[in-house]
Amino acid sequence: MTYSFLRLAAEALRGQTGWTPAWRDPEPKAEYDALVVGGGGHGLATAYYLAREHGITNVAVLEKGWIGSGNAGRNTTIIRSNYLLPGNEAFYEHSMKLWEGLEQDLNYNAMVSQRGVLNLVNSDAARDAAARRGNAMRLHGVDAELLDADGVRAMVPYLDFDNARFPIKGGLLQRRGGTARHDAVVWGFARAADRRGVDIVQNCEVTGIRVSNGRVMGVETTRGFIGAGKVGLAVAGNSSRLAGMAGMRLPIESHVLQAFVSEAIKPLIDCVITFGAGHFYISQSDKGGLVFGGDIDGYNSYAQRGGLPLVEDVMEAFMALLPLAGRLRVLRSWGGIMDMSMDGSPIIDRSPIEGLYLNTGWCYGGFKATPASGWCFAWTMAKDEAHPLNAAMRLDRFASGALIDEKGAGPYPNKH
Amino acid sequence: MSPFLGGFTAPLSQPCRLRTGGLVDRGAPLAFSFDGRSYAGYAGDSLAAALLANGVRLVGRSFKYHRPRGLLAAGSEEPNALVELRDGARREPNTPATIVELYGGLQASSQNRFPSLSFDVMAAGNVLSPLLSAGFYYKTFMWPAAFWEKVYEPLIRRAAGLGRASGLDDPDHYERAHLFCDVLVIGGGAAGLAAALAAGRRGARVVLCDEDWRLGGRLLAEAARVDGLPGPDWAAAAAAELAALPEVRVLRRTAVFGVYDCGTYGALERVADHRPEPGPHEPRQRYWRIVARRAVLAAGATERPLVFAGNDRPGVMLAGAVRAYLNRFAVAPWRRAVVATSGDEGWRTVADCARAGIPVAAVVDRRRDVPVPLARLAAQTGARLFAGGQIAAARGAAVLGAVRVIDAAGAPHLVRADLLAMAGGWNPALALTTHLGGKPQWDGAASAFIPSDLPPGMAVAGAARAHYALPAALADGANAGAEAAAACGFDGAAPPMPQAEPGDGAASPLWACPKARGKAFVDFQNDVTTSDIAVAHREGFRSIEHLKRYTTLGMATDQGRTANVNGIAVMAALTGQGVERTGTTRLRPPYVPVAIGALAGHHRGRDYRPTRLTPAHDWAIEQGAVFNEAGAWLRASHFARPSDADWLQAASREALAVRQAVGVCDVSTLGKIELVGPDAGGFLDRLYINTFSTLPVGRARYGVMLREDGLVFDDGTVARLEADRFVITTTTANAGPVLSHMEFCHQVLWPELDVHFVSVSDRWAQFSVAGPRAREVLQATLEAGADLSNQAFPFMAVGTFPVLGGVAARLFRISFSGELAYEIAVPADHGDAAIRVIMRAGAPFGILPYGLEALSILRIEKGHPAGGELNGQTTARDLGLERMMSRRKDFIGRVLAQRPALLAADRPMLVGFRPVDAARRLRSGAHFLPLGAAATVANDQGWMSSVAYSPILRHWIGLGFLAGGTARIGERVRAADPLRGEDIEVEVMAACQYDPEGARLRV
Amino acid sequence: MRIPCPHCGERGHEEFAYYGAADPRRPDADAPLEAWHDYVYLRDNPAGPHRELWQHVHGCRRWLEVTRDTRSHAIAAARDVAARGTA
Repeated sequence: MTYSFLRLAAEALRGQTGWTPAWRDPEPKAEYDALVVGGGGHGLATAYYLAREHGITNVAVLEKGWIGSGNAGRNTTIIRSNYLLPGNEAFYEHSMKLWEGLEQDLNYNAMVSQRGVLNLVNSDAARDAAARRGNAMRLHGVDAELLDADGVRAMVPYLDFDNARFPIKGGLLQRRGGTARHDAVVWGFARAADRRGVDIVQNCEVTGIRVSNGRVMGVETTRGFIGAGKVGLAVAGNSSRLAGMAGMRLPIESHVLQAFVSEAIKPLIDCVITFGAGHFYISQSDKGGLVFGGDIDGYNSYAQRGGLPLVEDVMEAFMALLPLAGRLRVLRSWGGIMDMSMDGSPIIDRSPIEGLYLNTGWCYGGFKATPASGWCFAWTMAKDEAHPLNAAMRLDRFASGALIDEKGAGPYPNKH
Repeated sequence: MSPFLGGFTAPLSQPCRLRTGGLVDRGAPLAFSFDGRSYAGYAGDSLAAALLANGVRLVGRSFKYHRPRGLLAAGSEEPNALVELRDGARREPNTPATIVELYGGLQASSQNRFPSLSFDVMAAGNVLSPLLSAGFYYKTFMWPAAFWEKVYEPLIRRAAGLGRASGLDDPDHYERAHLFCDVLVIGGGAAGLAAALAAGRRGARVVLCDEDWRLGGRLLAEAARVDGLPGPDWAAAAAAELAALPEVRVLRRTAVFGVYDCGTYGALERVADHRPEPGPHEPRQRYWRIVARRAVLAAGATERPLVFAGNDRPGVMLAGAVRAYLNRFAVAPWRRAVVATSGDEGWRTVADCARAGIPVAAVVDRRRDVPVPLARLAAQTGARLFAGGQIAAARGAAVLGAVRVIDAAGAPHLVRADLLAMAGGWNPALALTTHLGGKPQWDGAASAFIPSDLPPGMAVAGAARAHYALPAALADGANAGAEAAAACGFDGAAPPMPQAEPGDGAASPLWACPKARGKAFVDFQNDVTTSDIAVAHREGFRSIEHLKRYTTLGMATDQGRTANVNGIAVMAALTGQGVERTGTTRLRPPYVPVAIGALAGHHRGRDYRPTRLTPAHDWAIEQGAVFNEAGAWLRASHFARPSDADWLQAASREALAVRQAVGVCDVSTLGKIELVGPDAGGFLDRLYINTFSTLPVGRARYGVMLREDGLVFDDGTVARLEADRFVITTTTANAGPVLSHMEFCHQVLWPELDVHFVSVSDRWAQFSVAGPRAREVLQATLEAGADLSNQAFPFMAVGTFPVLGGVAARLFRISFSGELAYEIAVPADHGDAAIRVIMRAGAPFGILPYGLEALSILRIEKGHPAGGELNGQTTARDLGLERMMSRRKDFIGRVLAQRPALLAADRPMLVGFRPVDAARRLRSGAHFLPLGAAATVANDQGWMSSVAYSPILRHWIGLGFLAGGTARIGERVRAADPLRGEDIEVEVMAACQYDPEGARLRV
Repeated sequence: MRIPCPHCGERGHEEFAYYGAADPRRPDADAPLEAWHDYVYLRDNPAGPHRELWQHVHGCRRWLEVTRDTRSHAIAAARDVAARGTA
């Protein structure tokens, strides 16, 4: 069913009774050409691009719960392509371009909203780093603007400019950055993949990976064995567990990241703002809630919940940046489990096992990557080699030293 | 100050206040305003009760359709009556009127309406409502693509949202506090009071939190008796006893909002919200972090609305809320009631209405067999009994006018009424049992989700576990309190249990009302109707989590407290799966919305983070220092003089003074770690890439540390004070991380090494005295007799000399500036005196204080790496320090520094730069491109990391990383800075552009 | 979380700094690059009991080996690294 004005009008007249399921609920087949494990944004996008770009439609996405139940549904919805390092920037810019045409491509309104992403800088050193990064973006043909303090004040006058512990000295602005409605991204990719024949199998947990003579044969699941010559893992938060089923150890730790939303208020914040001195980021949703977050709690966790110290830390940064927030209220918090990689950048690569592919290490930045991650992972699975866009996101870069460490934080996942 | 406080004289009438009864203070009338109109209420009222006392029944507009709404509830679960409180900088949006404690002068207004509550043009959206079903937004607004941000989204955003933020800085302050206790009791109703008494009487440290301003919970709203006393009186007696127990602390107006790991709870105390503004030095709210060995959750239950067409009309209320307004607040704005009940519960409302003189037109009891005493009560009150009846729809204009009832035989009746009290059963308030991942279980007998899988140390008592009857709740609480105390070692004799008359406590089943024309609301605040759920079901959003996200069910400020279970039931009916298998969504903290200011506490403005000041800070202020934030420190950027046009001129003046005469710089912020022990030298050998065990006593050496991954971690100097005593410096930023790293290496990797070390960063004030006249200045600073001659105290010498009449100062002949220089360290207490002595001693030589900017100029002239170069992404080789790496020993990072990509020939390496046109300015962050090449990433060869204007060279200079590094010295490249629209030609230089032989150091 | 420091008693985890897995041991100086890669980069990352290092930075500054379940955050044990011997 294609969504259109006409369809909406027709359904309004007949009491919304004609809608059909956005995706089927199929029984898994015994064998597929390719399996994608993980029904989050990345997994569903992978399946969609396998079908659309490579004509591989005999594909199933296996999801242990309901699609979008992992980090796709637990993030702060920010999209941007403001990276420093060549191994990252071209990839994220590709993602941004896919976001820009996503709704028409998927026939689904994921509410991609290019409201601008403003990274505040609070010191001369931070400004120098922002300039280096902004210039790197420009050399990639990506939009970037360096604002001085007055430029920031003109754009977001309600920040604390006059009594701040760390004065706002300027900012790096990417106007094409913004937000997207996270759940709708999941549903849009699911529906579009389904329309191209992909089976989306929910409540199907992978319990084992069958490998024979160094080749993947398929996966054991709670709904039986499912065979496939190609298996892609896109299971952020659980990558180590799944890879462990195939006997691999990864350069990954699972960490919890909390995020928060306030009660809905009338429009206040128009763009995405990040606060360099306090690891804090905020935007306002179309519904009116302020969506914000900060650092990871900093210890290994699979519990999808964090602790009060981090809550306090985030709220302190909020108040430091926006002293008008004192009387606004946090409505909900949630925790997602991040694949924290050892250099803070992702891995989209083949694995040492033939036919088994890895999509992992997104740290807390996976949402914005969703379309490009799916696009590149589909390419890598279909052609058994990396696309130039993900060529640097190799598993063996830790052995070779070709690290992609944007922050220079070193091999400490909780510092990225 | 509000005009009401001073100008108030006679009480305004309260037309809907009952003549007697209630827990309000009729001797304390209070004036307040709502939407600009003045009213009066009494002390003890909630804003909601006071509005009802004045006959105000339209209190809000709904989120999506802007439908008129009245009060549904009497407690914090209220979904409709959200108001903006106060004005100006204290304006606060979205507070339920039911939890607002009335005070004189209170100002409230309705929100999300334009221009007024009774005439809201946004309600015109109602005509579009057939279009606006669940998922509508996802299916449209895609054409044309550019219209989303420009046209559709701004409209949606303007229409959405609830109240308005003040837009001004919050003038109030907030406090954070910690509490430790044996037993935390959450909820001060019958079960909670019994639990607190049982634990407190045994001597346990008890904290009782209750969100209300008056203890008692439902006892305040019901006509029940405990120990022969009316419920409120018993609660007051219990409160008095608790207040007298020394180990018990009662926190009223305090909501426990979250359960965290290891017995930690978050709670919010509304300290001053019941007054116009906080008193002097009083926080508005206090956020408690409570650590409890045991907890008793006695949070009660929330009544379920019925889901039928028009159920959102003002006048349709929860039956328990009606009793609260009648009994606790003595208000009754209703003339004729209908009571709908699925069990015995609603009949209490029948009785209470009758007692208050409100005619009950009809009782609709879902059961065909209504117990005889209840049927008799109907007869006594003159209510028409519809046994086995159903509610089909609510009718009316602004408020309820009539209820459409279907009798047991299926015949419709229209019953005139302006109040419909719904008793659809109760949902235990179990949110706090789920924060650590516990999943509630559906209990068919109780017709409710009940807690299961409790957080460690938590017990649940009373209505929160579906034990609704008062005697059961009291017994439950007393048992849970006693057990919790016993678990903490307080197991004294059991005191008497409070007794209550047996009342009804039977569970009421879920009630599916028949379908009828019109919207039947499940989530009132978010305007989610049964047909929205049907659409979600039709489109495959059947998982309860998908339902929530697709329809926004349960995502409003009330967190779906009245909506979730009904929504689950509607979906369960559609799927045929049953409520049990449908399950609940995961509930997450906070249970009640919490002010961001409260969680932040005092950490705002300049107090966001601590500020560290050096011992010479006051002196620096006197010298006109302009400070920069360097991590936690404030450091002098430069010392402004009236003659300076700008900071650049000041910094140039200071740097020139160092090159030509002498300057002094406060370097106290450097990390300083002192090591002692026979293995201290060997330990340093393992930490640094170069060797220190061979360093002679009385000498210092520059050192570089790597991380274990082979990239540069930090640099500094190591000085050997005695054979087994060293002191090292770290960069300011890494003072803490280096210490932790050393402790890791010693405690975890090499505990066998006999070495001890401690941070002495704060123990020493340290000053760099640099310039050709530095020796003379030091000579005059130190006590007479110090031999500072080049022979006696050469470059890199270290020694101890007396200053200030006998204070032992450490003197290091080290130089960051490239000039003859010393760093002198004195105990921190003497830092201020020492800098003044240095300045006096230096006056004849023209000494000037210099700040970070001049320091930066000097080190860039010398090509020394600093923050811009030591950024965690560079290797020793990148920095040109490869030869420092010892091949004769193991050290942290040695092996992984040899990975092939880190040794690649095209890795950008540190070099210097100068503009070909000496008049041009350089910029940090510019990227290097070959001459004539396009500005694309393919041609990117590196970046500029640090720049300065060199007053001695009279042009800008830079340090940067360039592919090919030193092999390209003399070549010209472009420094492209498209961000600032600059693209200039630069010459590649050696990193050190001034005195490359170091002749000036060793004089 | 509350960590029972063997020296200072039970304290909120914000007093401690987290390092990561406690089991990887630094290779001998002559071990091959691969051993160093595994030591620095590869992690078991279990969903369940996890031996990990924390430093009591705002207390005794000792490094502790804490055994904690990464699913429940329940802490089974905490001891000074000196107590774990050289095994």
